[in-house]
Amino acid sequence: MNAAAPVVLEVKDLHAYLYTRWGVVRAVDGVSFALREGETLGLVGESGCGKTMTGLSVLRLLPEPAGRIVRGQVLLQGEDLVRKSEAEMRRVRGRRISMILQDPQTSLNPVFTIGDQLVEALRMLYADAAPALSHRAEEALRSVKVAAPEQRMRAYPHQMSGGMKQRVVGAIAVAGEPRVLIADEPTTALDVTIQLQYLTLLKEIQARTRLAMLFITHDFGIVARMCDRVAVMYAGRIVESGPTRALFRAPRHPYTEALMASVPRMEASVERLPSIEGQPPPLHDLPVGCRFAPRCRYVDDRCRREYPPTLPVGPAQEAACWRVEPSPPSR
Amino acid sequence: MARVEERIDVGFGSSPSAEVSAGPRSRGDLARLPWTSFFIIAVLILVAVLAPLIAPHSPTEQSLPDKLRPPAWQEGGSTTHLLGTDVLGRDVLSRIIYGARVSLIVAAVALLAGGGVGLIVGIVAGYLGGRVDSFLMRVVDATLTFPTILIALLLAVSLGQGLQTIAIAITVLIWARFARVVRGEVLAVKTRDFVALARVHGCSHLRIMAIHIVPNVLNTFMVLLTLHIGFVIIVEASLSFLGAGIPPPTPSWGQMVADGRSHIASAWWLAVVPGAAIMLVVLAFNLFGDWLRDWLDPRLRQV
Repeated sequence: MNAAAPVVLEVKDLHAYLYTRWGVVRAVDGVSFALREGETLGLVGESGCGKTMTGLSVLRLLPEPAGRIVRGQVLLQGEDLVRKSEAEMRRVRGRRISMILQDPQTSLNPVFTIGDQLVEALRMLYADAAPALSHRAEEALRSVKVAAPEQRMRAYPHQMSGGMKQRVVGAIAVAGEPRVLIADEPTTALDVTIQLQYLTLLKEIQARTRLAMLFITHDFGIVARMCDRVAVMYAGRIVESGPTRALFRAPRHPYTEALMASVPRMEASVERLPSIEGQPPPLHDLPVGCRFAPRCRYVDDRCRREYPPTLPVGPAQEAACWRVEPSPPSR
Repeated sequence: MARVEERIDVGFGSSPSAEVSAGPRSRGDLARLPWTSFFIIAVLILVAVLAPLIAPHSPTEQSLPDKLRPPAWQEGGSTTHLLGTDVLGRDVLSRIIYGARVSLIVAAVALLAGGGVGLIVGIVAGYLGGRVDSFLMRVVDATLTFPTILIALLLAVSLGQGLQTIAIAITVLIWARFARVVRGEVLAVKTRDFVALARVHGCSHLRIMAIHIVPNVLNTFMVLLTLHIGFVIIVEASLSFLGAGIPPPTPSWGQMVADGRSHIASAWWLAVVPGAAIMLVVLAFNLFGDWLRDWLDPRLRQV
């Protein structure tokens, strides 16, 4: 949003592979992006394109023992997280980077009350005595707009609705006042009206704390509402990125274009929504050239031979495609 | 139950209907409690604790003139020996009362040790997975392949008879059963998002195991524990029956059944009375375990 705001998180040429018995799954294969203070970056793409793995590798929480960061840097306020020890990472998690996951039903421990779980989370952050911690916990619930927090503290997760639970998860996530929040499809499991409330709440928290958010989703409606910039991922790489508005108005990569075309629109009634033929390539057996080539309508020989470079295509917009005419970088 | 309703009511302001509905429901709950097994277990514990006060005679005192007296209600029986006497003239009732101590102590020690080891192994194996899991589970498999009584006899013979031998033997036998079930539960629990979020929040593996995993498998563990009390009592009785258990003259129910076996035609009470005691206690603990399983299951409790 504000180009002058300092960069909080910068991911440079990140490669995170999963070593499975079927071969090496290149889930994150050269991803780079930067996140500024108070900014929301949307990470979109179809299932299995490496969005979640990107989020997890930032926190160094890839599935063990298969996952490993092979190359690249994750710079949090200038410090490279890839080089940190596990003990140092534990101090980063929750305090400087936090995460919200998709399913509120399993995000809370079913055998503890909401209050106990908040206090437990807060105990890891603050060296307060028990009464002070439970006071903080109530404050945390109030800050995510949970009604009657004193009573909710004593409720068990199964006594609350999905939206309410996801608010509690949010409260735990931002309790340590992190600088970066990774939200991995936080509203997918909520119904539409609750989704809107939750997104508004996240926006409010962000406005208050200047939090940088990495918003992983596949819902373009949410992207349009939430994100300042968007990065489109395909088969482990970012194929196009740019300011939300510019990217929606003029997608330059054929994949982005095809994705946009497959979003239903109010104004135009169509018989059949266009869809992208075929499947994304399996991440353990990627084609040599452009990964979108087998499904691309503009494909030519060069696409099949070589992966295209990422080139600037407009103000702060980049795309990795042989077809784009590079434009001089922004004014 | 009532507490749950209270909490839900808070959201809608106070509603009087809660108190109305709480009445019949809690009465229904009371009726569903396994009173028979509660009663037998309570009696067993009381008897074991208060044995010196309750027992009419010493369990080891012999009196040959009084030998093989039948129970009081049979011809020739007297109220001095309510359940009759054995071949050495020892009072059967007193021996049953003191025998309850052996059964309870063995059950408690073996279950605490075996269950504890099983719980820890199961959690570590399930949570860490990979090679640790494969290794620990192969050990469990190997342990479970040994025939129960054979291994217990082997241990009893090599370690010498006694209470601690029996406790060790049973511990060695049952930890693997606990480990396997607990591991299965952990595998299910650890995939849930709250475990991932605990890591996101900076929890160490040890802390996650202790704070998030253990309470989630505790229900299953408790039920397994109660269901194994009966098993342990039977193993102890079997070992004593086979002569590898508690050395005489300490009374043990299994030993008493074994001693009474040769007199079954002439003095039936010598084998039947301790046999009935074993059966009642095992049944009571099994019923209690069944009830506990249902009671601890939140899905069944909520209905």
